[in-house]
Amino acid sequence: MSLADVLAGIIFVALNAYTLLGGADFGGGVWDLFATGPRKQRQRDLVADAIGPVWEANHVWLILAVVLLFTCFPPAFARLGTLLHIPLSLVLIGIVLRGSAFTFWRYGGTEDKELRHWGVTFAIASLITPLLLGTTVGAIASGALGEGGSGKGEGFYSIYVGPWLNPFTLSVGVFALVAFAFLAAVYLTLEAEDRELRADFRARALGTGVALFGAAALALLLSARYAPRVRDGLIFAGWAVPLHAFTAVAAITALAALWRGAWRVARVVAAIQVSLILWGWGLSQYPYLLPPDVTIADAAAPAATLRLALGALALGAAVLLPSLAYLFRVFKNRPAARA
Amino acid sequence: MPDLLAARSQMGVSLAFHIVFAVVGIAMPVMMVVAERRWQVTGHAIYLDLARRWARGTAILFAVGAVSGTVLSFELGLLWPGFMRFAGSIIGMPFSLEGFAFFTEAIFLGVYLYGWDRISARAHLGAGVAVALSGAASGIFVVIANAWMNAPTGFQLVDGRAVNVDPVAAMASPAAFPQALHMTLAAYAATGFAVAGIHAFFLLKDPANAFHRRALEIALMVGAPAAVLQPISGDMAARHIARHQPLKLAAAEALFRTESGAPLSLGGWPDVARRETRFALEIPRGLSLLAFHDPNARVQGLDAAPQDEWPNVPAVHLSFQLMVALGTYMALVAVWAGWLAWRHTDLAHHRWLMRAVALGTPMGFIAVEAGWTVTELGRQPWVIYGVLKTRDAVTPMPGLVVPFLTFTLLYCFLGIIVCWLLYRQILRSPEVPEWPT
Repeated sequence: MSLADVLAGIIFVALNAYTLLGGADFGGGVWDLFATGPRKQRQRDLVADAIGPVWEANHVWLILAVVLLFTCFPPAFARLGTLLHIPLSLVLIGIVLRGSAFTFWRYGGTEDKELRHWGVTFAIASLITPLLLGTTVGAIASGALGEGGSGKGEGFYSIYVGPWLNPFTLSVGVFALVAFAFLAAVYLTLEAEDRELRADFRARALGTGVALFGAAALALLLSARYAPRVRDGLIFAGWAVPLHAFTAVAAITALAALWRGAWRVARVVAAIQVSLILWGWGLSQYPYLLPPDVTIADAAAPAATLRLALGALALGAAVLLPSLAYLFRVFKNRPAARA
Repeated sequence: MPDLLAARSQMGVSLAFHIVFAVVGIAMPVMMVVAERRWQVTGHAIYLDLARRWARGTAILFAVGAVSGTVLSFELGLLWPGFMRFAGSIIGMPFSLEGFAFFTEAIFLGVYLYGWDRISARAHLGAGVAVALSGAASGIFVVIANAWMNAPTGFQLVDGRAVNVDPVAAMASPAAFPQALHMTLAAYAATGFAVAGIHAFFLLKDPANAFHRRALEIALMVGAPAAVLQPISGDMAARHIARHQPLKLAAAEALFRTESGAPLSLGGWPDVARRETRFALEIPRGLSLLAFHDPNARVQGLDAAPQDEWPNVPAVHLSFQLMVALGTYMALVAVWAGWLAWRHTDLAHHRWLMRAVALGTPMGFIAVEAGWTVTELGRQPWVIYGVLKTRDAVTPMPGLVVPFLTFTLLYCFLGIIVCWLLYRQILRSPEVPEWPT
């Protein structure tokens, strides 16, 4: 395993953390949008209280992944920026609106009804951004963005739109959205302080947990036509069977834990389940960064840069990890109420 | 609108928008922490009120800064893939370090904002200090990356490609120290003066109001020393560009002809077609003296390079003049306030000083924008000075006017909302007639 592989792995770890933490914050916004029933307002307050202290820190995982990508794999970053200009710009608009609307809503300072407009903006941006993020992942996985990728055609549409806008990439978008909503609902069962509110999110977690199977099946089905390499990896590689077995065990355990009210177990297992799916994607396209032909080694920066980046990561982690642990200990370590 | 211009405009709008929030994110936490510390020491509730209000303001501004900063990190690739392909491995390092500093800032801001009742007073103050330090660090790292674009080091150019890349040497670019110092001081001066100005405005009407008096003290404590030091760091920065980017200095000073004992032009309109600056007040040998500390030094003019390598001379010259004028005003007001405080004059009752401070409210931010205009426009047509032209770095995607307009509208909208929210917050200042003893 080369130094470049290690750094690509670390970037993937940052993306994994972003999915589990930042993704769940987007999922919280989705549950704000779909708040229903007699406890509508309390559902929204729970979401806001849960993400308030942590969403900015969770968001930085994405920034970290981006800066590491352009430091360690500059040509890949340049290609992504060029070919995914449109969906990434839309993702950015979503990120800007989500973050600022949330803050205006929570810190606007008055209890006016007008503040609810910000709540709605926050919720809608939380719904659309994961969809678009998912389509960019789908575009990479489908092999449209490599040098010889299908994004090489003629004309504006086939270069700048086609690669990320097709049934497969959309199915990945839907999958990302459902996964984020699932994670959020699972985490919120633990954060809810009374039985009824917890039951609301339990129902949501179970529903999205089942929907996640459907979304995964749809994406796999469509990958046969749009992303054959990823599909082949996911089916035929030596690691494929154990990975799927573990994922299935995690998925079923998560649902069972939710069913039985073992909230802490459900949180851990749901996070493992989503991470395994993510790593399945990563492994299926290894050693390619941008399939079909740009490998990790092709896109890697000079060794001097990679070594230094690794050093900076070690130094940064020494500051970051204890700080993060502190943040979550202060805000997320409430004693769990009984089911 | 040509695509290159649209891309440059979008980057310019994004930077101009973000810089305001970045600057506040560096300096506001310092004021917040000073207020909290004073509350802990004195027990006066006014200080706690101030710390909480400034924390609310910081929360709004930091969030907008965080998301607009995210936009910039992506825009490097969305708009300038050619630049990133060339430079990513060389200057990615300061961006990565900035990522960590920003991460730390976000974590401890979360702890600070939501942790009032959850952690000890000491830990809470410590979190505020961590926010202030990591905020300053992330600003410095980003400026180091920008400094490299002005004075690129740490690689060799072979057939248009960078080889022998040394990211540490790239961070030690000769522009790094003067630029980082100038920007960090600017952040404290601009934010300190903006906050002091708002409270001075209220004090003109109600000079005995203890809330505004305490706020003014803390804001001036942060802003005034930085404003006094700023001309010194400006001198360092100017002498740096005189040696490393002579064309930028020539444009800033509207010096068309290379001369020894060059005069300093104050004001004036550079007429590029006639290659002369009209209506300027000229101080003989002033420029040579300032740029090289030698009245007879030879200063390179714009004529040293073909005209297609000139930056936009009127824009750079006027921005530079504006920055210097506003910075000078702020430094003078800061010295005046310091003198009065040293003489134990009651600043809040000194109407002329309060008028001068209130007038200075927007000046620091205008100066910051003007200063970045000089730095960025003054480097054109290069994105990496002397190495890569901006037009060779832009994305091949057509129709860039669409994202430019979209992001401009988004930022106008957000800017209006933020102003409105802060305005409402400020209007609800408490009525505190006198200092409880």
